[in-house]
Amino acid sequence: MKTSALSGANANTSTPVAKMSVRALNFYYGKFHALKNISLDIPEHCVTAFIGPSGCGKSTLLRTFNRMFELYPDQRAEGEILLDGENLLTSKQDVALIRARIGMVFQKPTPFPMSIFDNIAFGVKLFEPLSGIDLEERVEWALKRAALWDEVKDKLAQSGASLSGGQQQRLCIARGIAIRPEILLLDEPCSALDPISTARVEELISELKKEYTVVIVTHNMQQAARCSDYTAYMYLGDLMEFGATEQMFLKPSRRETEDYITGRFG
Amino acid sequence: MTEKHLSSQFDDDLTHVSSSLMKMGGIVEAQVQRAISALAGFSVTIAQEVIGQEEQVDVLEVEIDRALTTVVARRQPAARDLRFLLAMSKITTNLERAGDEAHKVAKRVISIVESGEARQMPIGDLRVAAEMASSLIHRALDAFARLDVAEALGICREDDLIDREFKGFTRKLVTFMMEDPHTISTSLDLLFIAKAIERIGDHAKNIAEFIIYIVKGMDVRHSALAQVEANL
Repeated sequence: MKTSALSGANANTSTPVAKMSVRALNFYYGKFHALKNISLDIPEHCVTAFIGPSGCGKSTLLRTFNRMFELYPDQRAEGEILLDGENLLTSKQDVALIRARIGMVFQKPTPFPMSIFDNIAFGVKLFEPLSGIDLEERVEWALKRAALWDEVKDKLAQSGASLSGGQQQRLCIARGIAIRPEILLLDEPCSALDPISTARVEELISELKKEYTVVIVTHNMQQAARCSDYTAYMYLGDLMEFGATEQMFLKPSRRETEDYITGRFG
Repeated sequence: MTEKHLSSQFDDDLTHVSSSLMKMGGIVEAQVQRAISALAGFSVTIAQEVIGQEEQVDVLEVEIDRALTTVVARRQPAARDLRFLLAMSKITTNLERAGDEAHKVAKRVISIVESGEARQMPIGDLRVAAEMASSLIHRALDAFARLDVAEALGICREDDLIDREFKGFTRKLVTFMMEDPHTISTSLDLLFIAKAIERIGDHAKNIAEFIIYIVKGMDVRHSALAQVEANL
């Protein structure tokens, strides 16, 4: 890592507590070295954005946080990803439990082929013995948190696929938060959405950080500037710079970061 | 700004705005120089030329601000582009005000000439300060064109000299007025001229500070010069 984890943070605010700490993380797709010795702290109750050109490793880094890469052979991670002091990479914990603590929303909305209600309830029932009114309350809570309740409250039995793209993405976010994770990972959550839906999701992100720690991968630098507190710029598997978003977009320390942010990257 | 964007239109837009700013700067510099000539020779004709140039400056100010707004709206600039655009907006304001000060000098020169007491007034020191202020405006524009931080610092340093000249001149004027109260009216005109010259120096210094902001990303306004130099 080129810039220390949170030391580059906004000097006007006190340094936040790290929710998750990445230490000397290396990641390989077979022989390809995709993440090179990454160390950074993900601050609690903040939005951290990963930016960088295609292939820089930002989505790969996100996918190591909940061990999503384990679904694929030949992919391996070395180093430490510490959550409450425990290294997730070597944890004996059930990976499903890890993913319940660290939720993820993908680039394309992925509603389950079931009703809007069950899209939310399905995951909840896996981890908590809720039923009846309690379950209904949880579904309503999640849909309200995801700013979708007013639009779907009269059609909860309809298929999740019947919703618009922006609504589907908020449904996935509702599904992600329904099981009350500690960290929410968003992998380009707005890339398939129109500007209005994007604005809704961004508004939601800033609401969510009050209760969750949010990490977002985005190709849209203005989105990172708008909705994140901290920004990490990655290039070719290296973490080039990590700091307070305000600083990164006004006066980044590294010339490479500035060239990328100002569109001089070629 | 050096080093091109992926979007050549963005580069063209930035070049266009900074060229307009340099053009405006050229007119303001000429205004200041003419105002000094008007003062040196107590020339109503030259003073009126200075006044006549104001409209050109005002038109350019509006045009530059419109162009800057368009670039911000269309490009959502960040980092050094953002600093460059913000600084240009501030520099434009400072140039326009420096032009206003030249205009004030010209008006006071006309007033002094009309009073018929021009030749008795002690304007030697004032001319020195005026030449310094004019030179600072010239150097500030030059430093902007080259984004030259060392030169910008030099300008900040020299503005302090003009401020000192202003104080010295004010003291002299007071003595002059006490010796011959008939000159009070004209002396007041000269005091306003001295103040205008001092302000022109201040605007040059402000421009220099924005050059440092563009290049270094540091806001050095209202900071002691020694502190700024230590931080750079």
